[in-house]
Amino acid sequence: MKLLAGLFNSSLGKKLLMALTGAALLLFVIGHLVGNLQIFFGPEVLNAYGHFLQSNVEIIWPARLGLLLTVALHIWSAIRLTAENRAARPIPYAGNPAPAAATYASRTMMMSGLIVASFIVYHLLHFTVKTPQVNFAGEDFHKLTYQLANGTECHDVYAMMIAGFRQPLVAGFYLLAMFLLCLHLSHGVQAAFHSLGLKNKAWSPALSTFGYVVAGAIFLGYASIPLAVLTGIVR
Amino acid sequence: MNLTLKVWRQKNADDPGQFETYDAPGIIPDMSFLEMLDVVNDQLIAAGKEPIAFDSDCREGICGTCSLVINGTPHGGQKATTACQLHMRHFSDGDTITIEPWRARPFPVLRDLVVDRGAFDRIIQAGGFVSVNTGGTPEANGLPVLKDDADLAMDAAQCIGCGACVAACKNASAMLFVSAKISHLGLLPQGKVEKDRRALKMVAQMDQEGFGNCTVTGSCEAVCPKEISINFIARMNGDYAVALLKQGA
Repeated sequence: MKLLAGLFNSSLGKKLLMALTGAALLLFVIGHLVGNLQIFFGPEVLNAYGHFLQSNVEIIWPARLGLLLTVALHIWSAIRLTAENRAARPIPYAGNPAPAAATYASRTMMMSGLIVASFIVYHLLHFTVKTPQVNFAGEDFHKLTYQLANGTECHDVYAMMIAGFRQPLVAGFYLLAMFLLCLHLSHGVQAAFHSLGLKNKAWSPALSTFGYVVAGAIFLGYASIPLAVLTGIVR
Repeated sequence: MNLTLKVWRQKNADDPGQFETYDAPGIIPDMSFLEMLDVVNDQLIAAGKEPIAFDSDCREGICGTCSLVINGTPHGGQKATTACQLHMRHFSDGDTITIEPWRARPFPVLRDLVVDRGAFDRIIQAGGFVSVNTGGTPEANGLPVLKDDADLAMDAAQCIGCGACVAACKNASAMLFVSAKISHLGLLPQGKVEKDRRALKMVAQMDQEGFGNCTVTGSCEAVCPKEISINFIARMNGDYAVALLKQGA
């Protein structure tokens, strides 16, 4: 109970939770990207991967529930910490001067995070729940099926991604969300090392660079998919 | 130099307070910021008005008593400089200068530019000490200290507890101050004994006082007159995590 109380009640405990859940979500984001990039290997590879995930209930449901719990903890600690931060300065400075040395990304973590969270809701409705009303393609993604080389009938993830990203509005929101995720991570990755105490003078510059590189690579990786669809490289 | 000052005036902790504008004519560029305020106060007293209350003590940048937010930046934004060591040559003739107290809920304004920094004292009382029994002075070389640790401890020990880190942080977080104290004691053999207990107790008191949380923006180290590094906060985070785990479930 001491450990839980320390984690959930103290300032540093909540920062630890924030960093640990953030790290877990980052690992998911990397794994999801690797999965998605298989679109460049054609429908057979991507659909076989999709079928593998979909047909293994023992893998997909624990992963989904784990992610839901992680996201919930990440958002809960963000809300609690932000509320405490706001309460700590009831009277602002005259003219609201920009805080010294603070980067744009570091000052807007809550906003970038909230927009990414709203994107995740849309993204789940779009591609996981496959709600026809939100895909703007005028078709039901449930009906897209594909026959794998071994004869198995499965959902056509490949066709769904192409139909989904062919809509400029959808692709635009996706790109915006990925940019904000990149902004969020450009600060979040290095801040997580800081909150976990895994940073010192010798490592600090390298960890900042690492954060920027990870954030940039994730943006480029994710952005490549709708861009490839829109430009017709993948069809 | 002729300046215009916009100064926060507040009778007491219950008064809502407001900005008042004052002319500051005939300021010599070699004056320190506090000397400039002294001149303005002389004029106010001569005119039968209440002088501006502000904190000061050593006026040589080592005591941490001065606490002015000048044009939105604690201590006025000159690198590694307290407000008392800030000189008027950094301003230009005709400037309007805004002067405010530290803004944080745990630092209530007592009067004008004077805030109560008792919260820092209570954090120190919670664990910012080394319990040493009295007795003979031990042989200095009997306790080996790594030069790197001694240097790092000294870097942290430079903190003068002025509270500029709190004033600059967008979250009014006191973590640079607390981490400097936790680090400078915890890095040396005498202080290492109580390292875990100290981290837990000082952080608990810091939270109780109502300071905000670190979002790693780096504003604290940017304004710190003693250039305490934000990496000390990372060290404190690690110390706290270890102490939390060692406590058991």
